[in-house]
Amino acid sequence: MFPLVKKFLKNSALFCVICLSILHVTNTYAQDGKALFSQNCASCHAVHKKLTGPALADVENRGPWSDKAKLHAWIKNSAAFLKTGDKYVNDLYSEYNKTAMNLFPDLSDAEIDAILAYIKTVPDPAQVAANNPGAASKEDEEFTSFYWGIIAIVLATLVLILLQVNSNLKRLADEKQGIPTTGSVPFYRNKHYLALLAVVLFIWGGYNLAISAIGLGRQKDYMPQQPIFYSHKVHAGVNQINCQYCHTGVYQGKQALIPSVNICMNCHMAINEYKGAPLLTADGTPVDGTAEIQKLYEYAGFTPGKAWDESKATPIAWTRIHSLPDHVYFNHAQHVKVGKQDCQTCHGEIQKMDEVKQFSPLSMSWCINCHRNTAVKFKDNGFYSIYEKYHQELKSGKIDSTTGITVEKIGGTECQKCHY
Amino acid sequence: MKEKKHWQSFGEKIQSETYQEDLKQEFAEPNYLEASSKRRDFLKFLGFSTAAAIAAASCETPIRKAIPYAIKPEEINPGQASNYATTFVDAGDAVSIVAKVRDGRPIKIEGNELSHVYQGGTSARVQASVLDLYDNARLRNPLKSNNSAELNTVITELKESLKSGNIALVTSTINGPANLAVIETFKSKFPNTKHIIYDADSFSAHLVANEHCYGKKVLPSLHFEKADVVIGFQCDFLGTWLNPIEFSRQYSTKRKINEKNPTLSTHIQFESIPTITGSVADIKIPIAASQSKSILAALHDMVTKNTCTLQDPIIKEAITKTADLLKKNLGKSLLVCGINDADCQKIVNQINNAINANGNTMNWGTTYNIRKGLDQDFNQFVLNLNQGIYQHVIFYDTNPVYTWCETNKLQEGLKKTSSTISLNPKLDETTSLCKYIIPTHHFLESWGDAESKTDFFSFQQPTINPLFKTNQWQDTLLALAGENTSYSDFLKNYWIKKLGSEENWFKTLQEGVLNNVNNTNFASTTLINTTITENFKNETESNSLELVFYKKVGIFTGKGAENPWLQELPDPVSRATWDNYFVVSPKFAKNNLQIDLSISEQADAYEVKPAKKVMTVKVGEQSLTLPVLIIPGTNINTIGVALGYGRNNSVGIAAQGVGQNAYPLQKFTNEAVCCHNKNVSFTVKSETYSVALTQTHHRYDTAQGVRTEVIKELTLEEFIKEPNKIVEEREHELKPYGGIENFEKQGTLYGVYDKPGVKWGMNIDMNLCNGCSACVIACTAENNVPVVGKQEVMRFHEMHWIRIDRYYSGELENPKVTFQPMLCQHCDNAPCENVCPVSATNHSSEGLNQMAYNRCIGTRYCANNCPFKVRRFNWSDYTGADSFPNNQVTKVSPTTFDMNSDLVRMVLNPDVTVRSRGVIEKCSFCVQRLQEGKLKAKEENRTLEDKDVKVACQQACPTQAITFGNANNKNSNISLTRSQNTLRQYTVLEPLHVLPNVTYLAKVRNEGDFS
Repeated sequence: MFPLVKKFLKNSALFCVICLSILHVTNTYAQDGKALFSQNCASCHAVHKKLTGPALADVENRGPWSDKAKLHAWIKNSAAFLKTGDKYVNDLYSEYNKTAMNLFPDLSDAEIDAILAYIKTVPDPAQVAANNPGAASKEDEEFTSFYWGIIAIVLATLVLILLQVNSNLKRLADEKQGIPTTGSVPFYRNKHYLALLAVVLFIWGGYNLAISAIGLGRQKDYMPQQPIFYSHKVHAGVNQINCQYCHTGVYQGKQALIPSVNICMNCHMAINEYKGAPLLTADGTPVDGTAEIQKLYEYAGFTPGKAWDESKATPIAWTRIHSLPDHVYFNHAQHVKVGKQDCQTCHGEIQKMDEVKQFSPLSMSWCINCHRNTAVKFKDNGFYSIYEKYHQELKSGKIDSTTGITVEKIGGTECQKCHY
Repeated sequence: MKEKKHWQSFGEKIQSETYQEDLKQEFAEPNYLEASSKRRDFLKFLGFSTAAAIAAASCETPIRKAIPYAIKPEEINPGQASNYATTFVDAGDAVSIVAKVRDGRPIKIEGNELSHVYQGGTSARVQASVLDLYDNARLRNPLKSNNSAELNTVITELKESLKSGNIALVTSTINGPANLAVIETFKSKFPNTKHIIYDADSFSAHLVANEHCYGKKVLPSLHFEKADVVIGFQCDFLGTWLNPIEFSRQYSTKRKINEKNPTLSTHIQFESIPTITGSVADIKIPIAASQSKSILAALHDMVTKNTCTLQDPIIKEAITKTADLLKKNLGKSLLVCGINDADCQKIVNQINNAINANGNTMNWGTTYNIRKGLDQDFNQFVLNLNQGIYQHVIFYDTNPVYTWCETNKLQEGLKKTSSTISLNPKLDETTSLCKYIIPTHHFLESWGDAESKTDFFSFQQPTINPLFKTNQWQDTLLALAGENTSYSDFLKNYWIKKLGSEENWFKTLQEGVLNNVNNTNFASTTLINTTITENFKNETESNSLELVFYKKVGIFTGKGAENPWLQELPDPVSRATWDNYFVVSPKFAKNNLQIDLSISEQADAYEVKPAKKVMTVKVGEQSLTLPVLIIPGTNINTIGVALGYGRNNSVGIAAQGVGQNAYPLQKFTNEAVCCHNKNVSFTVKSETYSVALTQTHHRYDTAQGVRTEVIKELTLEEFIKEPNKIVEEREHELKPYGGIENFEKQGTLYGVYDKPGVKWGMNIDMNLCNGCSACVIACTAENNVPVVGKQEVMRFHEMHWIRIDRYYSGELENPKVTFQPMLCQHCDNAPCENVCPVSATNHSSEGLNQMAYNRCIGTRYCANNCPFKVRRFNWSDYTGADSFPNNQVTKVSPTTFDMNSDLVRMVLNPDVTVRSRGVIEKCSFCVQRLQEGKLKAKEENRTLEDKDVKVACQQACPTQAITFGNANNKNSNISLTRSQNTLRQYTVLEPLHVLPNVTYLAKVRNEGDFS
């Protein structure tokens, strides 16, 4: 039996390599800090696109804004600045239907400068699109997996053939030496092969059972059809509407909140047709964007050209994609406002998705792994000042400042941080 | 062996055999190791579960919908709580509260800290009232002759019929000015209306006596915080009398010990039935209720003339010493008396006048508006009703058919009217006799105002849209009066006129209260009538039996019986749930029931089995058959019985078949309903009745059987003389393990872990805890603790995460009582953690003993290993959380089943997992609140402060006995409390080296000359 075991080990090792290479898919996204812009400006402004207010790219070269002091004054208190009678701003005011800009008395000069600096760094999506060679890395990986799979199958067949040849040769040698053989048994009735097959089947079955049991209720890559073909790509990508504009709860509480019909109608009262690039579903069927807006109007009980009676609105029953079990507590504000995580960290490149699919497995190991590797904003947030010991250790270099204090280090992997 | 100082049960006092055996058995499940399933069954189960797992694994995940609002209201954010200031209004009581609303449903009630009267305190009844909102027994639409009817039809019909004939409007005390204006509007439309105020919890005699003595038919506001000597006379002022939340807070300020200069008020309690007030008193003297008058008169004589005619030597001595104390503390003393008898109250007025209470501890400038009913008014109403004077009767928030002693007369009288109208929310005893029923809203659905004390206003605003087709009583009255305005407009206009602007009104409504800050002067008053009726002299000091009626903190006058949380709340004194019963003294039991508690077998037979002897007590024509509980501290000639039980079946599943109605045994005499009845005979029945008594559940003790490591108690005198007594006692206990200083490190083989950042800690001051049990209900509401029902409680299966342990010490007939709230101690070296085979319970870096329900496989090793017995096991599917449907029907009580209906489940806190069958649960230190508080601090970019985090029990406590916070922060309340009270501080079972994060402060009693 010994050689059999050896062979089996070889085979299973190969098997494992194949499995692992198939499963091995990793993606990480950079995090960036455009928080101030997102918090304060993005509900009305985009950098390269007119929204409720003008596009902000190149703002410092327009009108009176080369004078920083004036720009600061305008941002902090636009109403007061309007009264100074500045022609440029008054024209602007009329151009945007006399919609006053919000007041931001709490923003400091330094903060405003930070926002302006950020605006300069945002590339024009039109140019980016032209220059983008396409996200090839993932495709590469898929290709690699496929390649490895073929090699594995070829190798496995080779091993089988060699084994067969080996046994044939052995039989021939035995015959030659006159050792009596038990008679030729076809390989499919050979007990060794059958035993091997049974073991392989058992392991394969067990592995799959375990995997599917673990995956019970998980739905990574889940991309259901929604009642309205709502494209995040069109809204968040092309038109650069800030996530918070619609998902109003994301900075405040547990739930990010799916927008209600009245939030959609804020813009779609005016925007009643789709003029952008052609939309396609995942299987390539073209989608008529204008017809989809019409669906929204049906839910809203709105007829273009007439005044909208809000009481006629009916809610839209979206199909839920991201769904955590009931015994898990997850809070968006904790991750987005305090942890300064990007939406993309968990939801993937949502701004490129026409139809949303679940990007992350939302499994416990996925949560825990992130908590193990992610550093908290230890120095920036006043809350963490109570961890005096860690602050000292960071200072003395006992704790590596590049890894920083991870979420795990302050108890972020303990049961009752998420389960209670 | 050192003599045991504190005992929980009679068996423990005499160390009976059963007690010692029982102590080893955690769950009192006799044969639970003898499994009925065989090995083959086990294999079958195994096979089935594997197959089921495979089948489940191949299932498609169901499609879930996410449906946002069509038009989202700006102030409602799903997942985030909104808080609305409003007012708990029930039969005159008006407590300022804040209702926590999640996704449109009120789920928790907290006290409103802006109220100067209640200062954020609550009671068990207030905490439980949120559950009444989601009661399946609430009427869902107006009824006419038991058929559902449209509101408009009923109103139109009634408007017509009310035009002729006399109308009686019978309500409990109503105190909001706008509410009173509504009644005035109604009366001006129907001038032949008489408004009769009837309080089931009557203060009739107090009002009559005050009018007699002072010429004012009011109840002065009381100031226990100014009283160095408090005399409670048949008066449960911390539990059920008048305004207990306010009194608890005031009283606690004088019971808080400053270790550097220890002082305490002296509290002497005279009572026939043990109450929580008597339990926390320094001195408690059992008296016969019928002798109250002569004892009060004797006290009066002692205070004024220094003579005493009393015969009984014990009482005479007590009276003498009490009078001495009072005389030494003129202007700093207060006598309160709960007897509904004008003669008694007149003597009380004389005494209070003699000890200068008026203007010092009693403020006549600010008076209570929460009890205004006069019993003789109601009696007159019943007489008039029988004479056919009233054609129409309207009832609101009162249930006299159930609570009035002469209910037969009332029912007879009601038959003589042409229309009876009830505005009560349920088909209670009175309402079910009414022809027209227009159920009112629950108070959380209502608008309104209240004025519990003069010029201290509190406001109601709806926190949820009405769940049913109910109509607020004010709206009904306004509609009947033909007014077109809704009550919400009526109220708004009324207050805008008073406050000057709409802006002020909104601000006031938002804050929920309007405190009288200008009138801080104390008003005194002069006695105009000093005559005392001397008819008590005829009272023979006979040894005849008497029946005394009392109210429980939860059930109160009977409304609590409808509420499952309150039914399952163990009465803090008797520790019984789900029943009323006769309360007798050990001596009575020995003489009449053949139960001698000093004999091991008899004590065990009484105590260990839930079956109790049954007695029939007869008063005149009326009789009552109930089980008997022996409660030490009861007067030997007294049989006590709680009111509020024996409700009819339509008021709720929880009330069905629970207890007997004792109201008919009361009698109307001397112009008031008497709280005791003298001509009593009793017979002991042969049958028994099982009572769900929790006193003997979840017991624990030290190996030596000495309670000193659990309960530490001393007198003020001892404490002043030997301030280090407790510390020395601890030093002695810990000596083998390195003494106090080195105990943490030397007492164990385990390592010491640091707790960087936050370390949660709790401190409970046993001097402030009065056992009121508000914390128990608050915890139940906050943490979705299930109700299990009587049968399950009898099997030790009650689920409360916090319990109030009651300990006795001293003599059997009149022991001292100590309450100790017991909850998970969150031991840093927790014995439950190391025995869990799946690590479902483990320790957090913040000092929490965590429980992961999804990991728990139900071995119950942890519960077994918990020294404090605070872990609870879900023996059945109490919450309906299991995936298998229909496994509840026969397994859980009807009440538990009802609690799982869609309506009642609306009360669940969505931040706390509902536990399924087969898992252990326990106090989590309200971890959901801790996480929320930390998040708030992080969002605001600052360190954690005390105000961010309040656990439910702490927030509910009217005496602030519980302190909680981050013990790593030197300036937090918990750190300060601990560092300022080092002399009394200890942890329970300290030598075990479990290192609890809950510390206790030892109880100190001021026994003075009495000891």
